[in-house]
Amino acid sequence: MPKIKLPVKSPSIDMTPLVDLFSLLLTFFMLTSSFRPQEAAIIDTPSSVSEKVSPDKNIITILVDKDNKVFFNLDNGKDSSTLYRKDVLISVGKQYNVNFTDEESTRFSKLASFGMPINNMKKWINSKDSKESDKCQIGMPIDSTDNQLAMWVRFTRLSNPNAEVAIKGDGNSDFKTVKKIMDILQDNKVNKFNLTTNLVKEEATIVDIK
Amino acid sequence: MAEIMENDAGKKTSGKRRPKKHSTHIDMTPMVDLMCLLITFFMLTTAFNKPKVMEITMPEKGDTTKLKDRPVIAADRTINIILTEGDKIYYYVGAIEKGKPTPALIKTDFGKDGIRKYLLERNKVVFKEIYELKEKVKKGELVMTTDTLNAKIKEKKKIDPKAPIILIKPAEKTKYRNIVDIIDEMAITNIASYAVVDISPDEVKLLETAPK
Repeated sequence: MPKIKLPVKSPSIDMTPLVDLFSLLLTFFMLTSSFRPQEAAIIDTPSSVSEKVSPDKNIITILVDKDNKVFFNLDNGKDSSTLYRKDVLISVGKQYNVNFTDEESTRFSKLASFGMPINNMKKWINSKDSKESDKCQIGMPIDSTDNQLAMWVRFTRLSNPNAEVAIKGDGNSDFKTVKKIMDILQDNKVNKFNLTTNLVKEEATIVDIK
Repeated sequence: MAEIMENDAGKKTSGKRRPKKHSTHIDMTPMVDLMCLLITFFMLTTAFNKPKVMEITMPEKGDTTKLKDRPVIAADRTINIILTEGDKIYYYVGAIEKGKPTPALIKTDFGKDGIRKYLLERNKVVFKEIYELKEKVKKGELVMTTDTLNAKIKEKKKIDPKAPIILIKPAEKTKYRNIVDIIDEMAITNIASYAVVDISPDEVKLLETAPK
């Protein structure tokens, strides 16, 4: 019996719809994405039922990691033309007799959270790779003898009076450290804090009373 | 593989010699690869859910001159919650005063049947009111915006003159998580007035004799 020969079909698939879909998705992600800021330390925030969304502009973030190291972050303000970070760096630098070049302060305005004495700041700004810059992140001094955090808070509030404060603490950090930060903030007339938390729904019901 | 098919209709068979037509098939595979990569990149770097925050307002510092004008609070309204290391939590009612027997420290925990049960029991009147209000809104019996609802809840919090006043007192080695947890507990049980205050030396002493 003769074999039945099936016509050889070329295995080509029309990929046009796939490409269409991909370009749509890509456009969507490109337009909606706000990049996750790189943080100086990994922080596991405690959970709460609060549904208030953290403001994304005009915000001072104070981070406390699980080893009670303190990091500081501020943003450039509502529009990209205001460079608060630059101003704040220069004024804090002046306070401690550290002068930053224009190049350094511009570079600083693009960086994220930091935690180091001001003397190490230059090294951090000029570090080439992440390994080198991570080494500089040794924590912000908050002792009463060398209270650099207070300076940062004060000058940030001076150049950007609208700035709100968020404290992002690790669940395993000591409350003592957080309390100290709160005291520093209160000395600078900040009495309202936002504590960054994870949202976990939990509710008590009427049944619980009986 | 991937190609745009060209319609071959309209072949001309005139005698003219033409340069051989190149097919207009485009291989789209590299483009698809690149797009895949880009999409993956954007998906992974996007911060979708914005971080949530819990607001806390602390009393202004330094104004101790008006101490005399402070309102007198019935002792049995105040509940002192003492937090300490190892996620332990104690509470006592009233205040430590000289010449009076020291109140007993009661040990509890962060669970549903621990401190929450007690707080709900104490804050029953307010909690019931707010709960019923929220239920009505949920079921659609009452229609109001979230702003009005929040204002209403604020109002309801004032109705009970016997509602407890909570003083949260973290001891030396308390973890930050416990503070957030206990403030959260205040939000869950709808407690109107609470404050985070420093622990007093008397309470530290009391803590030493506390049940382990």
